[in-house]
Amino acid sequence: MNDSSNAEVGQLQHAALTAAAAAADLAALDRVRVQYLGKSGLLTALLKSLGTLPKTQRPAAGQHINDAKVAVQQAIDARRGELEQAALAARLQGESIDISLPGRGQVPGGLHPITHTLLRIEQLFANAGFSVVEGPEVEDDYHNFEALNIPAHHPARAMHDTFYFPDGRLLRTHTSPVQIRVMEAQPPPFRIIAPGRVYRCDSDLTHTPMFHQVEGFLVDERASFADLKGVLYQFLRSFFEQEDLRLRFRPSYFPFTEPSAEVDVQCVKCGGAGCRVCKQTGWLEVLGCGMIHPEVFRAVGIDAERWLGYAFGMGVERLAMLRYGVDDIRLYFENDLRFLRQFA
Amino acid sequence: MRFSEAWLREWVDPPVNTPTLVEQLTMAGLEVDALVPVAPPFSGVVVGAVMSVTAHPDAAKLHLCQVDAGTGEQLQIVCGAPNVVAGMRVPVALIGARLPGDLRIKRAKLRGVESRGMICSAAELGLAETSDGILGLPADAQIGRDLRDWLALDDQAIEVDLTPDRGDCLSVAGIAREVGVLNQLPVSGPDLSPVAPVNNDRQPVELLAGAACPRYLCRIVRGVDATAPTPLWMRERLRRSGVRPLSAVVDVTNYVLLELGQPLHAFDLDRLAGSIQVRMAVAGEQLTLLNGDTPTLREDTLIIADTARPLAMAGIMGGADSAVSADTRDILLESAFFNPTAISGRARGYGLHTDSSHRFERGVDPNLQARALERATRLLLEICGGAPGPVVSALAAEQLPALRRLHLRRARIAAVLGLDLDGDQVSSILTRLGLTLTATAAGWEATVPSHRFDLQREVDLIAELGRVHGYDQIPITHASSAAVPRANPEMAFDLERARLALVARGYHEAITYSFVSPEFQALIDPAASALALANPLSADLGMMRTSLWPGLIQAARHNLARQQTRVRLFESGLRFRQQPDGLAQEPMLAGIVVGPVLPEQWGTDARPADFFDLKADLEAVVRQAGGGRALSLVRPTTDTVTAVGHPALHPGQSAGIECDGVRLGWIGSLHPALTARLELPPGVQLFELATAGLSDGARPAFMPLSRFPSVRRDLAIVVDARLSFAAVRASVEAAAGELLRELVLFDVYQGEHIEAGHRSMALGLILQDTSQTLTDDVVEQVRVRVVARLAADHGARLRA
Repeated sequence: MNDSSNAEVGQLQHAALTAAAAAADLAALDRVRVQYLGKSGLLTALLKSLGTLPKTQRPAAGQHINDAKVAVQQAIDARRGELEQAALAARLQGESIDISLPGRGQVPGGLHPITHTLLRIEQLFANAGFSVVEGPEVEDDYHNFEALNIPAHHPARAMHDTFYFPDGRLLRTHTSPVQIRVMEAQPPPFRIIAPGRVYRCDSDLTHTPMFHQVEGFLVDERASFADLKGVLYQFLRSFFEQEDLRLRFRPSYFPFTEPSAEVDVQCVKCGGAGCRVCKQTGWLEVLGCGMIHPEVFRAVGIDAERWLGYAFGMGVERLAMLRYGVDDIRLYFENDLRFLRQFA
Repeated sequence: MRFSEAWLREWVDPPVNTPTLVEQLTMAGLEVDALVPVAPPFSGVVVGAVMSVTAHPDAAKLHLCQVDAGTGEQLQIVCGAPNVVAGMRVPVALIGARLPGDLRIKRAKLRGVESRGMICSAAELGLAETSDGILGLPADAQIGRDLRDWLALDDQAIEVDLTPDRGDCLSVAGIAREVGVLNQLPVSGPDLSPVAPVNNDRQPVELLAGAACPRYLCRIVRGVDATAPTPLWMRERLRRSGVRPLSAVVDVTNYVLLELGQPLHAFDLDRLAGSIQVRMAVAGEQLTLLNGDTPTLREDTLIIADTARPLAMAGIMGGADSAVSADTRDILLESAFFNPTAISGRARGYGLHTDSSHRFERGVDPNLQARALERATRLLLEICGGAPGPVVSALAAEQLPALRRLHLRRARIAAVLGLDLDGDQVSSILTRLGLTLTATAAGWEATVPSHRFDLQREVDLIAELGRVHGYDQIPITHASSAAVPRANPEMAFDLERARLALVARGYHEAITYSFVSPEFQALIDPAASALALANPLSADLGMMRTSLWPGLIQAARHNLARQQTRVRLFESGLRFRQQPDGLAQEPMLAGIVVGPVLPEQWGTDARPADFFDLKADLEAVVRQAGGGRALSLVRPTTDTVTAVGHPALHPGQSAGIECDGVRLGWIGSLHPALTARLELPPGVQLFELATAGLSDGARPAFMPLSRFPSVRRDLAIVVDARLSFAAVRASVEAAAGELLRELVLFDVYQGEHIEAGHRSMALGLILQDTSQTLTDDVVEQVRVRVVARLAADHGARLRA
């Protein structure tokens, strides 16, 4: 091969590389391939013309042309890569969506805040080994009052505005009758939580004729007021998620416990400084509790010398109000979706 | 119980300020409910003496008063009060004084006459609701002394919310006793020593109900001036205790009630005939009470009578006819002990509640009567004069509450309280509380004072130890006890999961009242037998619900009326039905759906929810919640007696829900007639089922997965429109045999190109063998068998 043919290969290679780089799309790039590398392409033709060269020059010339072909092929491949990338990028660009549009499909509803609160309370006590038991809401006088050491003319009855039925049955005024029903049915020990609806014949800003209580009790061969304090400290601090929440056990009176206490927590709104929620006292009453009264054990045939127990009861609406800032108890029973959605 | 702090401090004066005192009371179980200043703020009011009163030259109703208010000069003050007279001591608001209601006293001219101050009424000082004239002060009131100071008006009324066991604290004496215990201070009191009789007039008394009234004391006081004014100090104390002063005799009895806790009664002696009889009422007897009511008495009611008629409802309220009036000259003062069991509940039975019944129901100290009678006599003589006779005491000694002796074991204190008290602490606390202790091997024998009705058992003493020592001194312990994993059946219906499944399907949980309007319930659930409340809060909350639907429909209506067009609510709770074998209180799960399946959104057509959406919800919920694998829907037909439809539901778009052949509830569209009547939009869907009847779901049992491909064959058939899909499915399953993996219904069509009364169903048969790849031949054979079976069973033909 002489210099002139070498120069021709070089020119062709240069032209091909230029054309490949300039190809605007895959079709144009293919035309470049056909023009230079196809069956009747220019570089292919040069290869075919090798036979006209003297034998000694053929290997070098062939090598030269092949090098050019490889270079052109690489350039075409590279360009194809670029074009494909660009095409993909353009397509992706065109396919991009407005991710801020709302998602589609069903939107979940929600549990009632009272149920949610009840489940939370149950869960916290389940962690402490308490089981959930439910009882009837239409109760008899014996389970709701008598067996709980509240005989017929007891002044404590005046504090329970009771709904009665003509046959003398009643709507339970607290969940404490479940205590009696459980203790009648099986022998101790017990660790029970009894959640549910209770009823009092009362209706105003802070009272609805139906509300929810959780009764809890433990009966064992050892159980003391100190243990009761331990359980309630743990529970209330967990419920309000406040590790240093202060509690106050105030002596009180319930016919079915002795000693009895009302439990106040440091106001969760103002931290005890005094505000509207705690009526400037810094404290919120949240629970009643005490050691199970020997008369209650006697009513269910449990030996009060061998067994000791504690019991506590709390209003779920009140706890939920304090936790979520609800200021009117009646909202719980209107079932207004605008209210319910706030707890979903 | 409401009392003045200053009064209390006269009995016992602990070195603590008011907030600490209040805190002490509250933490001792005497919860302080309110702390109210006994007088509103005012200043510049002093004691003055009216030196002279002359008529105003230009106003008939006004007086010109010359007043010495200790300012060094006589003040001329114009006063309109009818009761102003020379010589009177009065409160004088000086120039510059500030009175309640933001009133400022300035130099003024009234009808042309200068007035340098104001003579005040009790109402103007905020010491009474209304006043007839100016407030007359006692003759010994020190002229020029600041009135607040002189009347000790910088005092608080303390309101204690007493628990029913603490009847012993329903007096200043009782509260003082507690404060003394808490502060380890002695408590003083007024002179309770006997008043010597000056005559020998005795009222005969017959105790005819010794158990109810074991002690009845009385005394005649002759020649009292019933019109004597009650002294200001007593009126003030009554007022600060929330008791309205009435007349001297009544005020004295009320005062002693507040002071000592002993209710007293005064009769007009002239109105009595013969002896006093303390007896049970005879059924049908009537008595006109002080409040004007004339109840017919019941036999369980203890009364005070004379030989002719009932005079008073013992311990509850006196009679109008024998009451002390302005004309009364001779009175009979009564101080009795009525047994709590004879009084409790009785007042309420007559719709009454009095300061007296409140105390007797809770227990009045049976040893207090004599002292209270002496105290009242002394006060009465001071105020109204008169000649006291001897105290007549009728006693059924064996019926008086016995002194209680209780054993207290040292070990029991620690067991109950979880607190170790040493012997000295125990005896100190109990002794301060008035118990007498003697040591025993295990602890103590304690004698309970007569005023503590509530200390009945050992544990009551332990409670007192905890209370006085302080609950905050009891440690906080965490008893360890064996935690045993509880049984928790895996496949039983789980309400909690059911709730969450409904929430995931767009439902909000509602909680509606368990009592509903009887009329509304009768509309929704006319067949059920409901339980009516005897004392409902209102007529529309008068009936226990027999279904959760009335409440849910009301909740839906509430929301629809508030621009909420899509309502999905569920509720769980009891329904109450009278059954032949008694009342059934069954846990139910119910739901209501109104409006589109999905919330309004872009890119999805709004489709109103119908029966089949609700059916899917119901099935998904029950399945996800573990129970009720055998759940099935049963079309109500009207041509059999046993399976009639639900009256509240559309008969053609409803079904009974059954599990293992037991009816658990209903699902369907609200009946169009009810929909219209309740002004609801069309398409309200409801379901309700009794969850207790759901059988356990089947535990998953693994089956090997086939390694061979499945094959699908679709076919569209035309059948009578009344033919159910269930029947079609049964035929397909029978014909296809065990190769059928799944039957998909992917279209149901009725309309153009399908003859009237018919519909087409497009079925996808998915076939698979577990041991080989299905050949086209086998698949075709199955298809042909299915088509033939459908034709034979139902006259089905392939859709052209």
